[in-house]
Amino acid sequence: MSNSDKHDISTEVSDKETQQKAKSLQASFMSGKINRRDFVATSMALGVSLAGATAVVSEVEAATPKQGGRLRIGITGGATSDVLDPGKILDAYMINVSMGQVRPNMTKINVDGSAGGDLAESWEPSNGAKTWKFNLRKGVEFHNGKTMDSTDVADSIRYHTIEANGSGGSGVVSGIASIKEDGKDAVIIELNEGNGDLPILLSDYHLNICPSKGDGNIDWESGIGAGAYTLEEHEPGVRTLTKKFANYYNTGNEGYFDEIETLGISDPTARLAALSTGAVDAINNVPQKTASRLKSMANVKTLISTGNKQATMPMLCDIDPYTDQNVRNAMKHIVDREELLDKIFFGYGELGNDSPVGPANYFRATTDELPQRQYDPEKAKYYLKQAGMSSLSVKFHAADTGFTGAVDAGALMRESAKAAGIDIEVVREPNDGYWSNVWMVKPWSACYWSGRPTEDWIFSQIYYSKADWNDTHWNNSGFDKLLVEARAETDEAKRRDMYVEMQRIVHTDGGLILPAFLSEIMGYRTNISVPGKIANNWELDGHLCSRRWWRA
Amino acid sequence: MSKVITMIIKRLGLGILTLLLLSLLIFLSVEALPGDLAETILGQQATPENVAAIRKELGLDLPAYTRYINWLGGILQGDFGNSLALKKPISGLIAPRLQNTLFLTLYTACIAVPLALMLGMVASLFRNSFFDRISNTTALSAISMPEFFVGYVMIYFFALSGYFPSMANINPNTPFFDKLYLCFLPAVTLTLVVTAHMMRMTRAAIINVLALPYIEMANLKGVKPRRIIVHHALPNAVAPIVNVVALNLAYLVTGVVIVEIVFVFPGLGQLMVDGVKFRDVPVVQATALIFATAYVGLNLLADIISTITNPRLMRQR
Amino acid sequence: MAYILTLFWIIVAVLVSLAAGWCFRAALIQISGPNMAKVYRTAPLTASFGLLVIIIYILCAIFAPLIAPYGEAEILSGGFMPWSQEFWLGTDNLGRDVFSRLIYGARNTVGIAFLTTALAFIFGTIIGIYAALRGGFIDQVLSRLIDVLMAIPSLIFSLLMLTIFGTNVLTLVIVIATIDSTRVFRIARAVALNIVQLDYIEAAKLRGENTLYLIIREILPNAMAPLAAEFGLRFCFVFLMISALSFMGLGLQPPLADWGSMVRDNADLISFGDITPLIPAGAIALLTIAVNFVVDWMLHRASGLKD
Repeated sequence: MSNSDKHDISTEVSDKETQQKAKSLQASFMSGKINRRDFVATSMALGVSLAGATAVVSEVEAATPKQGGRLRIGITGGATSDVLDPGKILDAYMINVSMGQVRPNMTKINVDGSAGGDLAESWEPSNGAKTWKFNLRKGVEFHNGKTMDSTDVADSIRYHTIEANGSGGSGVVSGIASIKEDGKDAVIIELNEGNGDLPILLSDYHLNICPSKGDGNIDWESGIGAGAYTLEEHEPGVRTLTKKFANYYNTGNEGYFDEIETLGISDPTARLAALSTGAVDAINNVPQKTASRLKSMANVKTLISTGNKQATMPMLCDIDPYTDQNVRNAMKHIVDREELLDKIFFGYGELGNDSPVGPANYFRATTDELPQRQYDPEKAKYYLKQAGMSSLSVKFHAADTGFTGAVDAGALMRESAKAAGIDIEVVREPNDGYWSNVWMVKPWSACYWSGRPTEDWIFSQIYYSKADWNDTHWNNSGFDKLLVEARAETDEAKRRDMYVEMQRIVHTDGGLILPAFLSEIMGYRTNISVPGKIANNWELDGHLCSRRWWRA
Repeated sequence: MSKVITMIIKRLGLGILTLLLLSLLIFLSVEALPGDLAETILGQQATPENVAAIRKELGLDLPAYTRYINWLGGILQGDFGNSLALKKPISGLIAPRLQNTLFLTLYTACIAVPLALMLGMVASLFRNSFFDRISNTTALSAISMPEFFVGYVMIYFFALSGYFPSMANINPNTPFFDKLYLCFLPAVTLTLVVTAHMMRMTRAAIINVLALPYIEMANLKGVKPRRIIVHHALPNAVAPIVNVVALNLAYLVTGVVIVEIVFVFPGLGQLMVDGVKFRDVPVVQATALIFATAYVGLNLLADIISTITNPRLMRQR
Repeated sequence: MAYILTLFWIIVAVLVSLAAGWCFRAALIQISGPNMAKVYRTAPLTASFGLLVIIIYILCAIFAPLIAPYGEAEILSGGFMPWSQEFWLGTDNLGRDVFSRLIYGARNTVGIAFLTTALAFIFGTIIGIYAALRGGFIDQVLSRLIDVLMAIPSLIFSLLMLTIFGTNVLTLVIVIATIDSTRVFRIARAVALNIVQLDYIEAAKLRGENTLYLIIREILPNAMAPLAAEFGLRFCFVFLMISALSFMGLGLQPPLADWGSMVRDNADLISFGDITPLIPAGAIALLTIAVNFVVDWMLHRASGLKD
């Protein structure tokens, strides 16, 4: 899908000047400035073969989105208890339906990872990024015909700040001091402290824009939004049907399908069978084990994107033996990350370096700045000695809920730790209730994070000493101080230095073992066209596949 | 015959008692599960304030016995209550799924029960013959495989080659014949799972009766083996057979979660497992009650049939 | 053509099994005393084959560390090595020897399944017959209690219990045995109900025999046939229950190998035509069939039918 595969008519001509002409001709045809007849005629006049010219034409036509048709998505994360309440959205199924199809947010993440406007058109920070004015897109219509205004937007965001609503998005909006309407077409958000990342925060999957009821509450029950598709049928966790919304604000540029059918298929084998028999057109969450075999299926293509999704093994720094930094360092050295990536994740991912900042982050430390940690039982022994121990036995609590293959990963670590005199007992915990009984409860467990688009977000949510989800119970005052400073820093180079330093602190002192960043593996049938570059903030093109993909 | 009617009335009363005990047991079990709906909904994002807010909203902050009594009061008025997670009446949630589950049960039963009885009878008639061994071995092999595995094998052979769909995602509006087609693979999978048990019990029960003196008498009188089995042995072997059939039918209603997962079939089992997962007590209670009713009802039927067919039981007690 | 080839191999396998059964029977007759030899001589080939298989499994279970070429949890190579001289059945995703894990799996799976089934039968049979014998109020109370337990789908019930009490081997055995004993209870009671009506039981009652004597000496031998048939099946249902539980993410603790989880771990490979998951599934199936062959033979002998 990369550009190198594309046909280039300039290679057919020899002299430099004609090559230039051919290149600009192809560019203007591909961007739609000249029509097909003119393109073919002119390129032949330049000396390009007819075959070459038609190859370009067919490529361009294939890449031009077609309207119509149906997309059927086989997706994980559906449950019969799924509600339309945006504060209660938990997993892929509802994220895709709600944010992706029916109720878009103020902002979205572009394929290059930057924040882009969705229902908000533009924004201006002021007062050291403490005050933000968001200009809303004019004339956006909800599915019930109502025109969206600033009240709808303000109420939708405010909804998550109200404690009684018990929203899962409350953490994201916790920095918001107030949100006010500014006329019909703008809202002003005041933050407690400056944060340059606000537009990215507003793309969080909970913060869907719903119509206001007028009394400060929002109407989420009806499933009405301003998205490209209207909710027609919804059986929670099983099947959802949405249809094209004629008055969608961006009709013509995205949202090409006539209808989208979303099917909840939790079993991986069932999902693969559905894709290969053509019962669905696209699936998410292909198990790494079977990904290589997906490639051999007829009419099926594989999509891989590596973002910030990460497998982690948090150690609780306030429970012995992990209170000792030396023990934590010893543990970090007995993990053979390459073996884990190879055997547990089948090579689909990137090596982790005990820092949560990943491939989709802007300020990720390079391996020069922060050398890759290797499996080194001698070093582990050394650190153990520093801690005054000659051997150590610990328990690793895992379930596949933590991350797929967590129990197997434990079995591998058990073997690799033996060389350092560390005995690991792997305890398989039930999947059910894992997040309440095991994670952040047992001293060492398996976990995963879908990652965050900004460094500040992931650090303040998980590694800040007072964070609700500080799953390593880690408290480092130097780190906390840097975190606040970096947030307000406006000089990019300085900001980068600060974030790299923070990554170094987590890497050397934190309770985090991060073996790998995990790829999302998806499959789709060739009757669907997928753009050459897809977003890596979420699976299925940032969950906007129904807006960005089209029928081939 | 009045004996039977008294028995039915008595058993119905006892059945209701069973359901009551069961609802209490289930309620206590779900209560004993670590975590609650509030924590589960929030998952990794649970903060004490959020959890407390949701608990209050759902009434989870009330003491357990109050919630149980409230729920029981609702049931007595025919109200299953609302799903905690969905905040919608449970009856609307269950109705289409119950319909699906019953459809799959009947579908499977129509294939499996006659097949099992036939095979069992023929096997007892030709016991230790080649046919007996083959049918026995095949049936045993079929149930020795885990259900999900049989399902995968079915998908591999019949769905990937395009004969039958791998997903049985029916809904109540699906036309009848489409349902038959869509549910073919799950029905066959379940048939493989339940047939062996019924077949072997039929065979064993008949052979057991064949050893009794009156059969030997019939044998000595020169009655044909086929006639002995159908007219003399079968009626006296009905009790264990009917019991096993009832058990397996009940299993088809209640125990097919795994087949539902593999074939993406929207049935009751999945609903109950999700209910347990999310600690949605009313949903678990309602599904458990339905399962239990099916179970109690089928067993009552089995007992009635075995009583009617056994004159000794009719006379005594 | 493929079908004919498959059929050919099935026939070969059946013939080889029968031959093995024949040899084993001949050997048994040779080494055992005259009385036992007479019994063995009447055994059909299927039964002696079943006996052979069971003995092999028991040997595997007992001498696993001696037979298995590698350790249970030993990581030896990269993942998914093909079959070779070094690794007879290849390696699994972590690079552990599949053959060794199969052998160790016999120990864990068969041991646990047997223990569980035996427990379930001891409880279920005694209580079931007792209920039938006493009748009336006691029968009603017991039957109702068992009904309550049985009316909860077993998979969901064990899921609840294992989540509450944690997943270790002891809980697993007790939970599954409890659930299974309810099924045994029903069968035992149904069979015993027919027997207690017979004259000789009435006679024994009048003689004033105590309840335990009645259950064990008078009723049990006559209820043995259907119960034995049930034992064979229950045994394999326990396997299946354990594997279903590991399908739902509960089951034996790693790195213990058990066949159910071995099927589960590789089950999705079957949709790509890979037969790896068939091997442990086949191991379960073979043992189930063997147990049931032997049970059938005993059933036949016990029924005293001569034909």
